[in-house]
Amino acid sequence: MWKTILRRFLVMIPQLILLSVMVFVLAKMMPGDPFTGLITPQTDPAHIAQLRAQAGLNDPWWTQYFRWVANLFQGDMGQSYAFKRPVTGLIGDRAVNTFWLSLVTLIVAYTVAIPLGVIAGRFEDSMRDKVIQVYTFVLLAVPSFVFLLFALLLFGYVLEWFPTSGYVSLEADPGTFGYFLSRIQHILLPAITAGLLSTSGTIQYLRAGVIDNTNEDFVRTARSKGVPERVVFSKHILRNSLLPIAAFMGNSITGLLGGSIFVETIFSYQGMGQLFISSIGTRDYSVITALTLLFGFLTLLGNLLSDIIMSIVDPRIRVE
Amino acid sequence: MDNNDNQTTAVVAEIKPSPSAFRVIVREFLKDKVAIVSLALALIIMVGSFVWTLFIPNDLVTSVNIMDRYLAPGVNGFILGTDDGGRDIFLYLVVAARNSIFIGVSVAVLNELIGIVLGTISGYFGGLVDNLIMRVVDFWMVLPGNLIIIVLVTIVPNYNQFKLIGIMTLFSWMGTVRLIRSQVLSQGRRDYVMASKTSGTSNLRIMFGGVLPNISSIIITDLTLTIASSIGLESGLAFLGFGLPNNTPSLGTLIGYATQPEIIVDRWWVWLPAALLLLVLSMSINFVGQALKRSADSRQRRG
Repeated sequence: MWKTILRRFLVMIPQLILLSVMVFVLAKMMPGDPFTGLITPQTDPAHIAQLRAQAGLNDPWWTQYFRWVANLFQGDMGQSYAFKRPVTGLIGDRAVNTFWLSLVTLIVAYTVAIPLGVIAGRFEDSMRDKVIQVYTFVLLAVPSFVFLLFALLLFGYVLEWFPTSGYVSLEADPGTFGYFLSRIQHILLPAITAGLLSTSGTIQYLRAGVIDNTNEDFVRTARSKGVPERVVFSKHILRNSLLPIAAFMGNSITGLLGGSIFVETIFSYQGMGQLFISSIGTRDYSVITALTLLFGFLTLLGNLLSDIIMSIVDPRIRVE
Repeated sequence: MDNNDNQTTAVVAEIKPSPSAFRVIVREFLKDKVAIVSLALALIIMVGSFVWTLFIPNDLVTSVNIMDRYLAPGVNGFILGTDDGGRDIFLYLVVAARNSIFIGVSVAVLNELIGIVLGTISGYFGGLVDNLIMRVVDFWMVLPGNLIIIVLVTIVPNYNQFKLIGIMTLFSWMGTVRLIRSQVLSQGRRDYVMASKTSGTSNLRIMFGGVLPNISSIIITDLTLTIASSIGLESGLAFLGFGLPNNTPSLGTLIGYATQPEIIVDRWWVWLPAALLLLVLSMSINFVGQALKRSADSRQRRG
């Protein structure tokens, strides 16, 4: 198993290098540089030119690229021009918000998807199965941002069950229990809606898994040995169907990150996705570059995680 | 003797040629009322918006009439009211739908073309070429597509709708290549391909004359579903403010008004019709796609 994991790590290295080169090229394509924000009508162009030369912006691109990578390793991603603070700290603060939102989203997604998938698979073609099938289909067919928007309209504005924006109420004092409650309150609506949106894949996989495993030889063997049906289901069918779902978890990080742009924008939740959109608005290129790189890196990591879990739970795909 | 005769006719009746792909699809739709209604709705919206736009003056988007600002539906003869520039929401909606559908269909068609070329080459030849194409696909899939699309949309010079189509295609072709490759791969092992190879048919003719027609129903299904997802992606980008250029309305642009708290409830007519139209369009295209998917797989057919 360690060989598989090691091999998987080695595959990730060229991907990581390619990703960084792509993001670097993208960053170079963006207009302006760190000194554009300093320019006022009184600024001497020669002074800016001197600053640019000092920062190494006239060097050949490969020198700039390696300097950029070296800075990355030291946690230096430049200065945010809109927030007037280092990008690393800024993203760090937002990442915490996105992390909690994603965590609650995942919890919601799996607590809804696993029972539904199991029921649909166990009672194939029953009324319950059909209702669940329609549910997954509708969720797949609805454009996600429209679904989020309708949820915000209904539960935020019309019923007023949840706050409509922000990640914590402005009156709450950090450290108090009220602050904690306020954060939960702000996280629930985006997390529930985003969680429901990401259930359809899991439900379909689980349903298919349960149906396939029910027809397997080991299930017939267990039944013919006289193992009680309840045990056959929980030990043989369910367990084998849940394995791919566990492995799929790493991949769902990718989906969550991609969706966070929409979720956080619609619910005005101050996370990384919302930071990305607002930075595009303010042309805060160092933040944009850093976030693009980070999202790509996290996606790679999610896939790595999935493959590792898969090689742990399924010995057949291990490399010897 | 009589008995024997009957048997012969029975055998003859059994080896009727299998129904054509088109007939299978027609039968599947006739068995599925939801699919027929969806097909009708999708066609009405798609064809309707294109035809209607021909009768709408071009200066609709640029003309501003402050006096008619935010009129409620029905007031002064505006069926769906007006927006912040006093523009007729209903006409705006028709043009927006046309634009979104145009982008969605273009992206989907480009995706299929790339998918057919790369997927067929990859699946048919296998080996090094296949390996190379698949590694590129793998890498492309882990890129944060949404983010890069948004960055490109903001920094590309002389941005217009054709560049948007290009940018969107650049980050959505991978799934189709994978799908077509796997289909070609399984077709490539069948007897008819082997027979053609032994009789010396050129690779190009086998690929495009033999294999491709056999997977055409899967390509049509994928095209349909990709149209729906591309319209969704375009509207989503426009919703965030990164879709079509400013003077070109999209369904997403209208829905984007909902991000302003003073509009979402009190001036619902600005964004809600567009959201509902997008919802209906996306669902009906998806329902049609599902029916096509079933007819492409003989085990799932209802008809």
